[in-house]
Amino acid sequence: MSDLFSKFDPLIQEREALLETGLTDPFNLTMERVESPTVAICNGKRTILLGTYNYMGMTFDPDVIAAGKKALDDFGSGTTGSRVLNGTYLGHRECEAALRDFYQMDHAMVFSTGYQANLGIISTLAGKDDYIVLDIDSHASIYDGCALGPAQIVPFRHNDIEAMEKRLKRIPEGAGKLVVLEGVYSMLGDVAPLKEMVAVAKANGAMVLVDEAHSMGFIGENGRGVAEAQGVIEDVDFIIGTFSKSVGTVGGFCVSNHPKFEILRLVCRPYVFTASLPPSVVATAATSIRKLKDAGDKRAHLWENSKRLHAGLAQLGFTLGTREPQSAIIAVIMPDLPTGAAMWEALLKQGLYVNLARPPATPAGMTLLRCSLCSEHSADQVGEILGMFAAAGRATGCIS
Amino acid sequence: MTERQQTNAKVLELIAPFNKKGVDVGDASRFAQDLEWDSLTVLDFVATIEDEFDVLISMNMQAEIETVGQLVDALEKLLAKQ
Repeated sequence: MSDLFSKFDPLIQEREALLETGLTDPFNLTMERVESPTVAICNGKRTILLGTYNYMGMTFDPDVIAAGKKALDDFGSGTTGSRVLNGTYLGHRECEAALRDFYQMDHAMVFSTGYQANLGIISTLAGKDDYIVLDIDSHASIYDGCALGPAQIVPFRHNDIEAMEKRLKRIPEGAGKLVVLEGVYSMLGDVAPLKEMVAVAKANGAMVLVDEAHSMGFIGENGRGVAEAQGVIEDVDFIIGTFSKSVGTVGGFCVSNHPKFEILRLVCRPYVFTASLPPSVVATAATSIRKLKDAGDKRAHLWENSKRLHAGLAQLGFTLGTREPQSAIIAVIMPDLPTGAAMWEALLKQGLYVNLARPPATPAGMTLLRCSLCSEHSADQVGEILGMFAAAGRATGCIS
Repeated sequence: MTERQQTNAKVLELIAPFNKKGVDVGDASRFAQDLEWDSLTVLDFVATIEDEFDVLISMNMQAEIETVGQLVDALEKLLAKQ
């Protein structure tokens, strides 16, 4: 029978073929219990978590949990309203104040998810006849923000400064320009040359938006991200971030110094036409953000973990997404989807969870086993992880 | 040659190195179905065209371009604006 679902047939067939081989479905895992930021029970087995983006391990921080419980008691389970109507509580204001302090910026706007932050800011800023110039490997939420708005969309080759500059120079005179970049690209864990790119964008009269979802809390002296680490945060017009990674809950935000920024609260549809975050979520986020500011020791330990895992995997003979560790993401490149799925399952059976990433999420049609480290992974756990990769790699023929 | 013929000849010349399957290319050839290009090949090819003609072909415009003939038409329009 042919109907609206027929277009999904090739994907359905590919999935069926993969699962017929007896493999566990890599996209249907359940965490039955979660013991800590680094350990959960999956299929009854104690499993080390190495694919959670829980970079700073804030999900079980006692202060964060206490703040959430208190907000539940004091303000109830949800706001049942939009930020612009009945959905702004004291907690939302405090959360935005925590973000302003963290980034040392004048304005902060909290969205219900990171996805909505990109969707809302990008689609609202760039109007008809404006141009958005973006890296081809941008996250889906950035592309969806582009698709939701009326602007002209111009992609350039990943991290290619010259390609970006050429396109900026070809934009018709008088058109508004927005350059959209990411600090850390989540698939391969590589960092953008923001220092050069932001300078080129500014020289060509463009505003710059940087998504720092995967760097917040970890990269930069104060954890403000790659723009801080490369010394260009002052020239970035908008930073987009999320609460669902280092902050350890859910939600998204945009911070900016633009004097007219606050008007976005009235014109940004993904901000206006959805319910605000529950009081417990903004309370946990605000507490976590304030603690992240002074988490220098955790940042140092996370770098150690990242360097050790990268060196260990490279030594075992795996092909990695970057030559040296650039973030808390280490991507192991698999030869194809069946091998990647077999490797993923072999790791899970030993008690290790990583992300299996496949097209269209990945660049160049790659299959990846993506590892994201946590500041709470102990040195022993990193050793255990390397042992499991060695065994699974040999069993599946990925390494000799 | 007319201007369109010149543009057409240049486009065919630029397609050749990307035409790995050796498909016979004409006005009606479709990039996705006939040339079987994936998104990365399209990006590289579009960049080549943009550099050669010194134009921008936005994703919005690319969505409307399925065939070689449509690309030549779009380029003609862009060049006329310059």
